[in-house]
Amino acid sequence: MVNMESWDWDTQEKTVSDTNGWKDKFEWVEEFQASPDGEKVAAIVKTGEAEFSVCVNGEAWENTFDKCWYLRYGPDGRLSCIVSSEMEWTVAVDGQAWDQSFGYVMEVKFSEDGKNVCAFIQQDGMYGAAINGEPWENLYSNMTNFAISSDGQHTAGSVQTEPMDEGDIFKFQSGIFTAAVDGKAWDKTFVNVWNKAFSPDGKRLAAEARMTLYDYTIVVDGVPWSEIYSCVWEPIFNPKTGAVVAPVKVGASWTLAQDGKTMWNRSFVQCWQQIFSPDASRVAAVVAPKYGKWTVAIDGEAWHSIFDDMVSDMVFSPDGRRLAAVGKNDYDYSVIVDDTVWNGTYDMLWQPVFSPDSQNVAIRAEKQGRQTIVMNGKPWKQECEQVWDPVFSPDGSKVLIRSIEGGRYIRRVLPTTELTG
Amino acid sequence: MAEGQVIDGIYFNEVWEDAGLDEGTKKLTPEKIEKVINKVLEGETGARLKVYVDTCVHCGLCSDACHYYLSHDKDPTYAPVAKVKQTMWEMIKKKGRVSPTFMKRASQIASTQCNVCMRCAMYCPFGIDIAYIMSVVRRICHFLGITPLYIQDTAHSHAVTMNQMWVKNDEWPDTLQWQEEDAQEEIPTLRIPLEKEGADIMYSVIGPEPKFLAQLLYQAAVIFETAGLNWTMPATPGWDNSDMAMYTCDNEIMGRVKRVHFETARRLRVKKIVMGECGHAFRSIYDRGNRWLAWKMHPVYVEHAIEFYYNLLKSGKIKIAKKYEESVTLHDPCNVMRGRGLYEMARYVVNEMCADFREMEPNREHNYCCCAGGGVINCGPPFKMTRMLGNRVKAEQIAATGAKVCISPCHNCHSGLEDIVSHYKLGVHVKFISDILYEVMEKPGAV
Repeated sequence: MVNMESWDWDTQEKTVSDTNGWKDKFEWVEEFQASPDGEKVAAIVKTGEAEFSVCVNGEAWENTFDKCWYLRYGPDGRLSCIVSSEMEWTVAVDGQAWDQSFGYVMEVKFSEDGKNVCAFIQQDGMYGAAINGEPWENLYSNMTNFAISSDGQHTAGSVQTEPMDEGDIFKFQSGIFTAAVDGKAWDKTFVNVWNKAFSPDGKRLAAEARMTLYDYTIVVDGVPWSEIYSCVWEPIFNPKTGAVVAPVKVGASWTLAQDGKTMWNRSFVQCWQQIFSPDASRVAAVVAPKYGKWTVAIDGEAWHSIFDDMVSDMVFSPDGRRLAAVGKNDYDYSVIVDDTVWNGTYDMLWQPVFSPDSQNVAIRAEKQGRQTIVMNGKPWKQECEQVWDPVFSPDGSKVLIRSIEGGRYIRRVLPTTELTG
Repeated sequence: MAEGQVIDGIYFNEVWEDAGLDEGTKKLTPEKIEKVINKVLEGETGARLKVYVDTCVHCGLCSDACHYYLSHDKDPTYAPVAKVKQTMWEMIKKKGRVSPTFMKRASQIASTQCNVCMRCAMYCPFGIDIAYIMSVVRRICHFLGITPLYIQDTAHSHAVTMNQMWVKNDEWPDTLQWQEEDAQEEIPTLRIPLEKEGADIMYSVIGPEPKFLAQLLYQAAVIFETAGLNWTMPATPGWDNSDMAMYTCDNEIMGRVKRVHFETARRLRVKKIVMGECGHAFRSIYDRGNRWLAWKMHPVYVEHAIEFYYNLLKSGKIKIAKKYEESVTLHDPCNVMRGRGLYEMARYVVNEMCADFREMEPNREHNYCCCAGGGVINCGPPFKMTRMLGNRVKAEQIAATGAKVCISPCHNCHSGLEDIVSHYKLGVHVKFISDILYEVMEKPGAV
């Protein structure tokens, strides 16, 4: 995990960079990205005719590229960008492009500690993945649903293993797709393989699959569950036991199944986005107990607070006792924590963040074009052009707030009590 | 054209070869048919189908609503009620004990002789939704593996790529980037912002745009740029709002595609989705796909291009430099006109853009279908003549306006009308709204 202890938790406020000047310096400044520790702000900039680079705290990388896109900070604070030079694509990390380049790079994902940067690549019309620039030995004629293990040492995709002529529905239905892990395809093929999840140790892989046009199941390391369903959604691993849990449709209803056996004694009109608590003692999912009515269910028990449009962004507290999520009615987003909806609605909400002691919940929020942080239902007094997700200090006593105000990128460390009141 | 023919005691008003239907039918057994029909009827239809079947008094008032019926000189086999008689009524009456040949005809009728346009529901004294009944027939045919080949292949594409045209994961962002580069020659500051989290709008399109109609992406980018909007497009699957699985009634794939679309919008934290000029895609994210997933409405607000252009023109964010002078008429796509009621907005937009607008008759919610929608054009070349012969009334309707241009704010309608125009030698150009808007709008940023 990222060592947040070493971050500056003492400086109360500093302007890291006045981005107003960037527009004088560069012809083109794209959207800003803030580093996890708040010490840097970056954007893709146009440095010349058909020449792009990345500006960090006002200084552009030395290297320039023909194209740049998908600029993102990894958890360890290194800055990655998909870049192109002379019709070849690769990933540049802190300004240094990988040695290997490819026909295209479509997606970049980071390991939890940020040390491994993984990319979904295409080379000569073949598809696969690369870790820190090293591509799979075997590439495939088609690949979708790129996934990585939490340590970023393993990558996977849904791959096509046999050629198929255009419009050959019979070949397709014979099953020519499977999952490939680190470039090696499972032996067994399926009609479709979709979303995948690695076990926490990265050694196992579970995936949604369609065995025929009508029969769905979960496949773990190439072996399908014995149970067949009319539909399934993405599986996850129990972080303690290694069991695989997925939403499954039985009859007209959805419920959770574990290793092919029904896990909950209740079913719902819809059930998805399940997550385990950190200690794996509880499992929660977004559910529709009635048609068009959405809430959270924990261990099969639905909350009473209901939203008409959707519920999303569930997160358990570190101690596993609390859960926060975002709900929406019409155009209004609300925060819901432990089945209690906060006062106040917003035009947009991001994912809630718990403090390390599980006592406080903070969230990035937007209303009428201005963004702020809301803690335990109370908005911070400052309204900004942009804020990023709040970050609690390891002891939970302080909150790092990264914001842009009047074009200035500001890093603040506030006592948690200042936001809780 | 293939004439009507009796095969195994079943009358086919048209006979075409289609590998999906022909090969699929060979694998059918009476037992399998009975089992599937009863499974769908008992497990998936419920009161809605029962009420429709019990309520119909066989009056035939739906007949004159159907462009197939009218175009075939009132051949009764093309009447909506006759389509039900030749499919669902028999299945119910015989408790699923119908023959493979009967099911082949049922699939042909439901998939290629009904555009599920819902015009007939307006003319039924009881409002019976025959499009729904035809969809149930298609659902049964899906489970029996007797869906026409081309549209089945498209459903497979959706299942693998989450888009309609087998567009691979790199091809989509790559296409947007070269469109952006091309457009910068005209407007140097123009961007097609990819993966811009927190933008106000996610713009979504259908699979054919990156595949064959990349100029529409260019035009949309010019409109967004000129209007000064905070927008983005996803670089991942979820960018395609279309859904032919909706029309093969592979509801599970339909739902999967729609879930990815809305979850992509949520991931990007946009406040609304603006979608291009497509009708069936609108139906899939506004009505069918979202509702199969248990969303009563769209979980992220969806604005069709017609409403989007209307708002841009009404607010002055887009201004017209010089009106289009060629005479134009407007085709009202079923899914966004009858389905969503955007006809007055469409007329506002057309009148703002064009100097000489001529109405088709009938129009608005009473307009005739293009005969391409409902997945019929996606059944491919084997059934092209079904569409041509089944929509003579549309050709007559367009010709009567005397217009030189037919505006069609829907992809399937657009393609279908081009075929109609060509087949009946109408000498009319078919255009999207954006084709004309791009041409006549002010572009202050252009060099």
